[in-house]
Amino acid sequence: MHVGLQHYLAVSMILFCLGLLGVILRRNLLVIYMSLELMLNAANLALVSFSRFNDKLDGQVLVFFIITVAAAEVAVGLALIVALFRKRQSAHVEDLTSMKL
Amino acid sequence: MEQINNLISGGAVQDVFFYVFAALTLLCGILVIANPFSRNPVTSAMFLVLTIISMSGLFLLLHAFFLAAVQILVYAGAVMVLFLFVIMLLDLKEEARRKIKFFGLAAGLVSVGIVVSVFIKALSTVKPGVENPKLEGETYALGKLLFTQYTLPFEIVSVLLLVAMIGVILLSKKKLE
Repeated sequence: MHVGLQHYLAVSMILFCLGLLGVILRRNLLVIYMSLELMLNAANLALVSFSRFNDKLDGQVLVFFIITVAAAEVAVGLALIVALFRKRQSAHVEDLTSMKL
Repeated sequence: MEQINNLISGGAVQDVFFYVFAALTLLCGILVIANPFSRNPVTSAMFLVLTIISMSGLFLLLHAFFLAAVQILVYAGAVMVLFLFVIMLLDLKEEARRKIKFFGLAAGLVSVGIVVSVFIKALSTVKPGVENPKLEGETYALGKLLFTQYTLPFEIVSVLLLVAMIGVILLSKKKLE
């Protein structure tokens, strides 16, 4: 069978679900963050394949913006994790249950 | 030579490449979130790098050449180096194997089930807009679009990067005031 839009979307779907499972099941903050990146990447793959199979470049421009925003998000999120670690000496979600530092 | 070119631009080889890259992406994706051999975040990060690289292979198959390059430069280059820096900085110990709580597992499976059912419903009705796509995502076309139709979002994103940079500097000061 010829590889088409649905194949790419299936890969993107499985990758998104893997990321979601990682966010829910893992307890290490950094691994949760990596799973978030996985989900963003799955969305990127879906957008690029839509862009390709509709002959429109707009999807790829959107992916370009998503990559930029993801880079900014990672920088801010990791700074927050480092600040949290300095206060609590832990990056484990079960040790970080209270709102007040 | 002519025949080889036809073979490459034709379907068969591209299909094989698709299956190779897709399998690699998914395998490494699984190893990011659940590695049976190691609970170390560094291993997860390295497998995430592999996932991203094989995904840029998928981008190449979709003729998104510029994005494939950007994916490797920004994600595998900048973002993952940042991740590794922070992992080294925090000096995390090997995460202890804790039992996964039943509630967490049930919540995960239910939410993934809901998402999968929505996706499968969508997948069964989706159709490609054109049968033989001719789109080439090369730098020229993308740049042209970026600086004509999408100029305002482009400028806003540059401001966003500046804001993120200022925020990070503020957050990583010793004393938060």
